[in-house]
Amino acid sequence: MDNAIVAAHTHETAVAAEHEHIVLPQHRHHFETQEQQREAATFGMWLFLLTEIMFFGGLFFAYLLYRNWYHDAFVVSSNQLSIPLGAANTAILVTSGFFMALGVWAAEVKKQGLLVLFLVLTTFFGVAFLGIKAVEYHEKWEKHHIPGAHFNVSEFVNPPVNPKTGKLTETPLSPDMAQKTQVFFFLYFAMTGMHAFHMILGIGLLFWLTWRANRGEFSAGYVAPIENFGLYWHFVDIVWLFLFPLLYLINRHPGY
Amino acid sequence: MSATSYTIVNLPDQRTATLPKRNYLNNEDGLLSWLFTGDHKRIAILYLISITFFFFIGGAFAGLIRLELLTPQPDLVASDTYNKFFSMHGIVMIFLFLVPSVPATLGNFLIPIMIGAKDLAFPKVNLLSWYLYWIGGLFTLAALVLGGVDTGWTFTTPLSTHYLNTHVVTAATGVFIIGFSSIFTGLNFIVTIHRMRAPGMTWFRMPLFCWSNYAASILMVLGTPVLAITLVLVALERLVGIGVFDPTKGGDPLLFQHLFWFYSHPAVYIMILPGMGVISEVISTFSRKRVFGYTAVAFSSVAIALFGFFVWAHHMFIMGVSNYSALVFSLLTMLVAVPSAIKIFNWAFTLQKGSITFETPMLYAFGFLGLFTIGGMTGVFLGALGMDIHLTETYFIVAHFHFVMVGGMLMAFLAGIHFWWPKMTGRMYPESLSKLAAVTTFIGFNLTFLPQFILGYLGMPRRYHAYPPEFQVLNVLSTAGATVLGVGYMLPLLYLAWSLKYGAIAGNNPWQATGLEWQIQSPPLTENFIEIPIVDHEAYDYEWLAHKTAQEVTTVG
Repeated sequence: MDNAIVAAHTHETAVAAEHEHIVLPQHRHHFETQEQQREAATFGMWLFLLTEIMFFGGLFFAYLLYRNWYHDAFVVSSNQLSIPLGAANTAILVTSGFFMALGVWAAEVKKQGLLVLFLVLTTFFGVAFLGIKAVEYHEKWEKHHIPGAHFNVSEFVNPPVNPKTGKLTETPLSPDMAQKTQVFFFLYFAMTGMHAFHMILGIGLLFWLTWRANRGEFSAGYVAPIENFGLYWHFVDIVWLFLFPLLYLINRHPGY
Repeated sequence: MSATSYTIVNLPDQRTATLPKRNYLNNEDGLLSWLFTGDHKRIAILYLISITFFFFIGGAFAGLIRLELLTPQPDLVASDTYNKFFSMHGIVMIFLFLVPSVPATLGNFLIPIMIGAKDLAFPKVNLLSWYLYWIGGLFTLAALVLGGVDTGWTFTTPLSTHYLNTHVVTAATGVFIIGFSSIFTGLNFIVTIHRMRAPGMTWFRMPLFCWSNYAASILMVLGTPVLAITLVLVALERLVGIGVFDPTKGGDPLLFQHLFWFYSHPAVYIMILPGMGVISEVISTFSRKRVFGYTAVAFSSVAIALFGFFVWAHHMFIMGVSNYSALVFSLLTMLVAVPSAIKIFNWAFTLQKGSITFETPMLYAFGFLGLFTIGGMTGVFLGALGMDIHLTETYFIVAHFHFVMVGGMLMAFLAGIHFWWPKMTGRMYPESLSKLAAVTTFIGFNLTFLPQFILGYLGMPRRYHAYPPEFQVLNVLSTAGATVLGVGYMLPLLYLAWSLKYGAIAGNNPWQATGLEWQIQSPPLTENFIEIPIVDHEAYDYEWLAHKTAQEVTTVG
């Protein structure tokens, strides 16, 4: 043990001789060993994700409170969201996460070509998710369901009649409660928007990592950035896995 | 008794002593070598300069507030200007001074050395946190220059989102960014303490300073993001006009209070815990005794951090929380007094039968003990439901948190700065002048804030710039005290700057203290240790130190 500590800051070749592997160029000299560096980075990433949980936690807390207060408004507004689009997006994001996991594996087994391929696929599915999200946002724009000055509650006070059955498609809300749909849509945009913002950051990082992977930086044993970005990407997936049921699925009723 | 028995100061022979030729200060030259440094010690110095700058800005506003309160009439400034004064005082002092004060300066400098590491785990993140601090600081200054913000530091809704037309979003952006600076500092400390301890440095061999900073880091990492999202929602509500917090639009102002105090109550423990760590080091060193009940003091820091997360609603007793939750939060609030008292009693027992000497850091530490105890005890008054309804939003609460924050934390900060100044700069501060400053600060502090307890008890509300004439005597006393306090804070600024050039050479271990930081040269080398130490002794082991000093040949350079 003592030897190892002294060896780490003696000459590189001495370390190589002792440990039978080469010191990576990415080894930061204030760490005693590469193992220590890798553990520290992963631990730091987990802590960062913990702060992210607390960050999103505030939004989830607000959502739960207002869902209880304005239940009727939340149910009706929730029906405005498209389950097929949301489900498709969930599938797309899980696929993206799957390719990310494969990417970590490819880096660990030092296969540069596969790693680049998987990172590109991860990026592709991430962008596809944002594309579908944009379509959904656009639909809200057309229906005047974006909170603010142009928000329109008429659809919730006077729901349209279903031409087949001749019945109302939704329970009509009192004008007062209908106003509260705005709270739902604000939280919808704040939560999915914050999630999308994390996706955009992640895609930016993916471009950078793909470029570096293409230069072979992660195929010689230095996998920490890929691994830790993987943790981040999976975290963003998991946030969506909570958002999807909360915003789209729970307490939906088929209407009449 | 000879004069030397009153002191443990052990300086090298000044005629022959020199500063080490190579150290972290002169390792590289030029402004850029500082602005792009990864060295935790240099970043600590950058932080020290920055927080001192903001401390005096916040202090100037405190002075203006006290000046306005000299007379009962609103005569110095208009009402809304006064509102901007105390808002800026609060925002600057809390987010730009108190939160980063000890962790970002002393913590940054000392934690890696104390645990026997070459640097923090993420030097670049550490530097980033300093830049974020400044970006946030510039936003805050911009809010000030553009015309100020008058929400108070609490950004209370719907006042901040609906009624005001001042620079709330600019200030909130500033605080949001400073928050991330604090998160990154905390994250760095936690990872460093977990992963980078030297061989033999077990958890229970760490100095208590590391424990208390570790506890504060947990609070920073878990609490600050909640403040961040709350400020995002406030900004969105102001910019887009949505009702999350505004009751006219269906929002709940109480939700804001819950989210805000979920951070801002733990934040007071972020501010005080690192200061408690400083006090443990100082009291042990100047009593020549191991801290009494080391394990209890270590765990009490973690207990304060844990309990600290479950007391936030005591800020909201008068805001319509349910009776049951008020009861529970009142009980939990009183529970926090237990670990705090554990610390105070253990420090008292450390002093018992110790060889106490009265160097400047020790004077500040004594100031801390008395003032923090008063601040803590009045906190229990406020935690009691009936008393709180009478005392909340009065000067009693102002006096209470200034006893904890200024009497506690600022005293601890100054104790720490004086204690480690020889290590940071290699030079001693002037001893008698600094003792004068410590005493001046203590007198000025009591004169400023003791009258405020009475004012608050008599019913003078906080945040008003006019008051009935019968309160004038006490207010004049308070303002006079603030002047003395101002002198007490200017003195260290002047003589510490003086000592950079003219102070006596300190040598490695002027206090004969046991921490690893005192076993290396002052100022330290860039990577702290020539060889990573192997720790084979407990913290505060003065016999180990005596044994070691007896055997070693002192070399300088």
